[in-house]
Amino acid sequence: MDNNKNWIDQRFPLTKVWNEHLAEYYTPRNFNFWYFFGSLAMLVLVMQIVTGIFLTMHFKPDAANAFASVEYIMRDVDWGWLIRYLHSTGASAFFIVIYLHMYRGLLYGSYKSPRELIWILGIILYIALMAEAFMGYVLPWGQMSYWGAQVIISLFGSVPFIGPDLLVWILGDYAVGDPALNRFFSLHVIALPLILVVLVFLHIVALHTVGSNNPDGVEIKKNKDKNGIPKDGIPFHPYYSVKDIVGVVVFLMLFSAVVFFAPALNGYFLEHANFIEANPLKTPDRIAPLWYLTPFYSVLRAIPPMFGSQFPGVVGMFAALLILLALPWLDRSKVKSIRYRSYPYKIALGVFVLSFVILGWLGMEKVTPVNSILARVFTVTYFGFFILMPWFTSIGKTKQVPERVTE
Amino acid sequence: MSEQVIDLKKRRFLTNATSVVGAVGVGFVLVPFLSSWMPSARAKAAGAPIDVNITKLEPGQLVRVLWRKKPVWIFRRDAQALANLKTLDGDLADPNSTGNSKTNQPTYITENHRAIKAEIAVIVGICTHLGCSPTYRPELGAADLGGDSWKGGFYCPCHGSKFDLAGRVYSGVPAPTNLVIPPYHFVSDSLIQIGVDPTTSAS
Amino acid sequence: MKKLLTITTSVFASLTISFNVLASSSVHLDHANTDINDQKSLQNGAQLFMNYCSGCHSISFMRYNRIGKDLNISDADVEKNLMFGDKKIGDKIIASMSEKGAETWFGTTPPDLSLVARSKGTDWIYTYLRSFYADKSRPFGVNNKILVNASMPDVLWELKKNKSAEDFDQEVRDITNFLDYVGEPAKLVRVDLGYKVIGFLFILFILAYLMKKEYWKDVKYGKWRAKD
Repeated sequence: MDNNKNWIDQRFPLTKVWNEHLAEYYTPRNFNFWYFFGSLAMLVLVMQIVTGIFLTMHFKPDAANAFASVEYIMRDVDWGWLIRYLHSTGASAFFIVIYLHMYRGLLYGSYKSPRELIWILGIILYIALMAEAFMGYVLPWGQMSYWGAQVIISLFGSVPFIGPDLLVWILGDYAVGDPALNRFFSLHVIALPLILVVLVFLHIVALHTVGSNNPDGVEIKKNKDKNGIPKDGIPFHPYYSVKDIVGVVVFLMLFSAVVFFAPALNGYFLEHANFIEANPLKTPDRIAPLWYLTPFYSVLRAIPPMFGSQFPGVVGMFAALLILLALPWLDRSKVKSIRYRSYPYKIALGVFVLSFVILGWLGMEKVTPVNSILARVFTVTYFGFFILMPWFTSIGKTKQVPERVTE
Repeated sequence: MSEQVIDLKKRRFLTNATSVVGAVGVGFVLVPFLSSWMPSARAKAAGAPIDVNITKLEPGQLVRVLWRKKPVWIFRRDAQALANLKTLDGDLADPNSTGNSKTNQPTYITENHRAIKAEIAVIVGICTHLGCSPTYRPELGAADLGGDSWKGGFYCPCHGSKFDLAGRVYSGVPAPTNLVIPPYHFVSDSLIQIGVDPTTSAS
Repeated sequence: MKKLLTITTSVFASLTISFNVLASSSVHLDHANTDINDQKSLQNGAQLFMNYCSGCHSISFMRYNRIGKDLNISDADVEKNLMFGDKKIGDKIIASMSEKGAETWFGTTPPDLSLVARSKGTDWIYTYLRSFYADKSRPFGVNNKILVNASMPDVLWELKKNKSAEDFDQEVRDITNFLDYVGEPAKLVRVDLGYKVIGFLFILFILAYLMKKEYWKDVKYGKWRAKD
C-alpha cells in the first residue's frame, strides 16, 4: 500500500493534494447548518451530470421526437422514470441549495475581503446554472418548454438595432423550432456542464487559498499556534467530511420524498402544461418560467416599456443579476457576520429577502394591476438593497467582534 | 474532560458500519442506471416474433428478413443440395453440431441439415467470428472458393470464413462455430414464425 | 433539526394549498377520489376505456402488454378483451379511427389521452365526463359544462341511462383512475419504493450521525482546541 502511494507520489502529488485540501485543510470549527449547502451543491452537480448522461442515451434532440422520447424514457426504458425524476427534481433542488448557499454568504459576509473572487466566481456559476436550467427545460418540448423559450429568447429581440437579427441568429430559424432545440441540447449537455465544472473547480481553489469564513466572520488564520495551525481550525477531513455525510443523507431523504411522492410537486417542479406537446399555434392559458427564474422574470415585467421598446425591462432583469457582482464593494461595514452587524443592515437584509421571495411569487402569478404595483415596489426595494448598501452599512452601531470564534 | 472518553473501537465500528451501509446504498443506486441499458419495451416489441410467408420461395432462392435487428436467411434447398451436404463432413469443423456449436441451435434441431423441414433452412445470417453477414454463394464449384470442392454455401467477406448450405463452418477458417439457428416453427406449410419455439403438440 | 422539519413541512403545505386555490379559481371541479392501488378499478377502467374511448382516442405512449403486466391481466386476456383488430401485444395503443375520418366526423382530431391526467388532472377528467347535457344547437345534441362546445359526443350516455347515478360515477371514476395510471405508469411502484428508499436512508442517517458525534468528540473535548 505504502509502496503504491510512493510510486504515485513521485509522479503525481496525491498525498500533497489530499493533505492540502482535506486532511490538513483547516476549517473553522464553528460551522453551523448553513455550511452544508456547499457540499450539497457539489453532490447535486454530480447527480445531475450522472443522470444527465443516462438521459442523453435515450433522448432525441429533434422537434418531431423530443416529447415522445421523454415519455419513452418515462415508460419504455427500464427505470427511466426514476432517472428522469432524479434529473428534473435535481434541477429544482440545485437552485434551492444554491439559494441557501448564497443566503449564507449574505448572512455571514462571506463575499467580503479577502473572498471577493470566490463570490464573483459563485455569481458567474449561478448565472451559468440558470442558462443550463433554462435550456434543459426546453428539451422535453412540452408547451411550457416551447413558450418559455419563445418568451425568454424574444428578450434578445428587443436589443436596439441588432435585436431582430440577433434573435434569428440565436434561433437559427424565424421562431423557436428544431434548430433551437438542437443547439440548446448541445449547450445543455456539453458546453454549459463543462463551464460549470471548471467554475466549480476555480471556486474551490479560490476558497482553499483564503480559507473558509464562518458564522462569526472571524479570520481564523490570524490566530495560529506554534505549528502554524489556526487555533480555531480543525482539519476538514475527517471532521467536516463526516459532518457533511450527515447533511447529505438528510438532504437525500428530503429529496427522495419529492422524487417518489410528488415528482411534479404540484406543477412547481414539472409544470402541468409541459405534459402537452409543444404547439406553435396555441399558447397555454398561463405561462410562467420555473420557480427559480421567476424573481428576475418579475423584474422584467415590472419595468414598463419605454420609447416603444421592451429593452429597459431586459436591461433591468440582467442588471438585477449582475449587480450581485458588485456586492463586495458596496458593503462598507467593518464586520462580516450578521451576528455583529448594525440594525440598519439587518433590516435591509430582511427587506431584500422578502423582496426576492415576493418577486419570485409574483413571477408565477398572472399580471393584474395590483400585482404590477407590487412587482414595481419590490423591484425598487430589490435594487435599493444594493444601491443604498454603502450608506446603510456605514451607519448604526455594530457589535464588538470577538478575537476567537464562539461556540 | 480528557481524551480518554474517546473510544477508538466504537469509532472504527461506526466508520465501518456507515461505510458498509453506504456502499450497499451505492449498489442499490447502480441498479436503475445499469438496468436502463437493457432492451427497452420498444426494443422488445420490435424484437417480437415475425411471420414469413414462404409460398413463393423457389429452390435455391434466399430471402433475408430482420428479426431482432439481425438478418435471418430463409432459403429452399433442393434434393441435390441436401445430398451434397452429406459429402462435406470431412471438410467441416463440427459437422454434427455436437461440439462447440451445440448451443448455436435449438434442441429440436437434431439432424445434420439443421432444419425442421429439410428443404427449408432458417439461419441467422451473422458470422460467428466477428459479426459480419456472410454472402450467399450457392453456385457449385466457384473458382474463388476452392473450385470443384465448393458445393454451395456462404462466404464471409470480412475474414474469409466459409459455411455450407446448412450453415456449418468449414475447418481452418476464423469462425469458430456453425451459424446460429433461431427458434422458429411452422404455423402452416407456407408460414414460418421466427422467434417462437414449436409447441410440443405441433412438433 | 426539529425547527427545520417544521419549516420544510409548512413550505410544502403552503405550496400545495396555493396550487389548489389556483386550480380551482376558474371552474368548480368534483373531486375524483381515485385510488391508483385499486387494481379492480384500474382493470374495469381499462375495459371501459377500450370499449368507449379507444375508437377515437389513442393512448399512444402506452403498450398493450404493459397494461397487462401492470394491471395483472394475462397476455391472452388482454388480446381477448382489450385488443380489437389487427394488433400485436407489444403495440402502442392507437385509435382505430383514421385522422381523416375524425376530421370529417368531428371537425377536429380527438386528442391523444396518454398524458391528459398529468396536464388536466384527474378531477377535470372525472368532472368533464359527467358534465354532458342535452343541447340541440350542437352537432351531436350535447354540450359540456366544463369544456364548452366540446366536439365530443356523450359516448357514455348508454352507461348513464342504464346505471344508478352512483354506479355511473364509479364507472367514470374507474376510467379516470385508468387514465391517471396511463399518465404515469411508474406511479404504481414509486410510492412504495419511496418508503423503502427513505427507510434505508434513515438507517444510514442514524449510523452517519453517530459516527459524526463520535469523531466530533475530538473537537468537543479539546483535542483540536488551541493549546494555550
